Amino acid sequence: MAEMECVFKRTESLLPVVTNYCPGCTHGIVERLVAECIDEMGMGGQTIAVVPVGCSVMAYDFFGCDAIEAAHGRAPAVATAAKRVFPDHLVFAYQGDGDLASIGMAETIHAATRGENITVIFINNAIYGMTGGQMAPTSLPNQVTQTSPYGRNPAYAGYPIRVCELLSSLDGVAYLERVTVDSPKNVRRAKKAIARAFQNQADKIGYSLVEVVSTCPTNWGMDPQQAFAWMRENMLPYYPLGVYKDVVADGYANVAEAATARAAACPLVSVSKEDDR
Amino acid sequence: MSEKVLMKGNEALAEAAMRAGCRYFFGYPITPQTELAAYMSKHLPKHGGTYLQAESEVSAINMVYGAAACGVRTMTSSSSPGVSLKTEGISYLAGADLPAVIINVQRGGPGLGSIQPSQSDYWQATRAMGHGDFFLPVFAPSTVQEMADLVYEAFDVADRYRTPVVILADGMLGQMMEPVVMPEERALEDLPAKPWATDGHRGARPHNVVNSLFLDAQQLYEKNVERFERYEQIARDEVRVEEYLTDDADIVVVAFGAAARIARSAVNDARAKGIKVGLIRPITLWPYPSEAIRACDAKAYLVVEMNMGQMVEDVRLAVNGQAPVEFFGRAGGVIPRPDEVLACIEELARKEVVSHG
Repeated sequence: MAEMECVFKRTESLLPVVTNYCPGCTHGIVERLVAECIDEMGMGGQTIAVVPVGCSVMAYDFFGCDAIEAAHGRAPAVATAAKRVFPDHLVFAYQGDGDLASIGMAETIHAATRGENITVIFINNAIYGMTGGQMAPTSLPNQVTQTSPYGRNPAYAGYPIRVCELLSSLDGVAYLERVTVDSPKNVRRAKKAIARAFQNQADKIGYSLVEVVSTCPTNWGMDPQQAFAWMRENMLPYYPLGVYKDVVADGYANVAEAATARAAACPLVSVSKEDDR
Repeated sequence: MSEKVLMKGNEALAEAAMRAGCRYFFGYPITPQTELAAYMSKHLPKHGGTYLQAESEVSAINMVYGAAACGVRTMTSSSSPGVSLKTEGISYLAGADLPAVIINVQRGGPGLGSIQPSQSDYWQATRAMGHGDFFLPVFAPSTVQEMADLVYEAFDVADRYRTPVVILADGMLGQMMEPVVMPEERALEDLPAKPWATDGHRGARPHNVVNSLFLDAQQLYEKNVERFERYEQIARDEVRVEEYLTDDADIVVVAFGAAARIARSAVNDARAKGIKVGLIRPITLWPYPSEAIRACDAKAYLVVEMNMGQMVEDVRLAVNGQAPVEFFGRAGGVIPRPDEVLACIEELARKEVVSHG
């Protein structure tokens, strides 16, 4: 009998355990994509996951790599230190919208502007899921949540934050892409973006973030397909998919080169400094 | 043995920490601890280490959390208002059983307070370095030499018991210069192994998780019980205290850190006047040297602090009503003078003559 070729096996960077996610939640898809990318790089034994507070708070039990549970919003600071200790490991932060764009915005902005060579996976579903559906920094105008029961009134509660657009102005950022996982085609695109964000890290290009526009069927009060339809109709026009920054596509080797070119008129900037991190 | 050098207290803390094997420092500028961070930024890169100025105290302590999880010796330093911001992360360090060293070079408070020396964070350091049921060892140096020796030791205590450790100094000790003999440089390869660290399993072991979340009540309860058994061991084995002229003392002054230097002068002056007075200087504020204080069996105690009266409560708990416990303090950055302390001792001596004949 001819020897059988293994064409598909379990994703080892995802442990064979039952998750705590609701039916129809996109966390499961995204975590699977992250794990597949780590496996394909052969880096499962040299990866450190930093997980947030929110629905994915227990992702340390799902990922097969070593994992650190961070305080709410602090994952980029924790990941910064882990990467400084192990510059050749893969270090990623996995965060939701409340964690990343509200309580952890300072940590997010500064890890990005420092050009920390980490990968951030950002789940944006416009709501606080774990605490039961409160208004998030990314909740849309007029979106009804538990704490915006009459709809988010921007005149009162302000406007949502577009994270990719915000971060795109920072010199330390290598790569920003906004994706979604509502169809097989988009799942494949999302995986490509995640793979790229990890490869950038391996190539020491700079800070990379992939925003996944997601759903929350439970707290939106919809079934999974209705939730995807609501997301396509309301979220994607506000949070358009696409690449928001890519220093490599712009022709630079890394963020340092891109940042120097951008500020070429400033004589101080052209003094070359060795990256000793 | 290295030679004696003249150093600022803040710089001695930094140099001794590096010699203890600390290669990762995360901080944020604040007076009066700034020289420590500046020293680290200058010298750590030369030792293959990382100095990183964080965007906030909150971020700095969480960087410490990340580095500690990865198994390296790590430290942060700040002063009172900054330490308040760090307490979130310190609670997580305690909850995840991570070793780290936190320096507080205290200034006057509350609020923005002053930038003058103070001891007004005693309660915070010994009782409330964050939410939840936990203690952490608190060392209180009173000389520049002790700044070096105690921070060096703090890293070992942190590793031994898997706990954050606090050095509670103040602006006076941080800014003053004194001769100091630096401890030996520790070889990084001789530092304790940390098989629990998230350093990448390389397929050789199950994944390690650093975490303080336990949703199952019974499991969290058991975690707390286990931690408190460790605290009992710390209380048994790690109490440090200095006693000065207490053998025959009728009156015992209790003071720590910079206040103990002033109290010691006053004790010497009182002895010269024939008053039988001694000094107890707690070096660990937690675990507290209650036993040593009780064992003095003095007729009266005088607690001297650079605050409105905080440690005095621990002395009263230790003495448990067996003798009067008086307090003298100056706060907000005002430093008590030896003659003021002497006057308190003399007053107490007069009262003792009246009450005991």
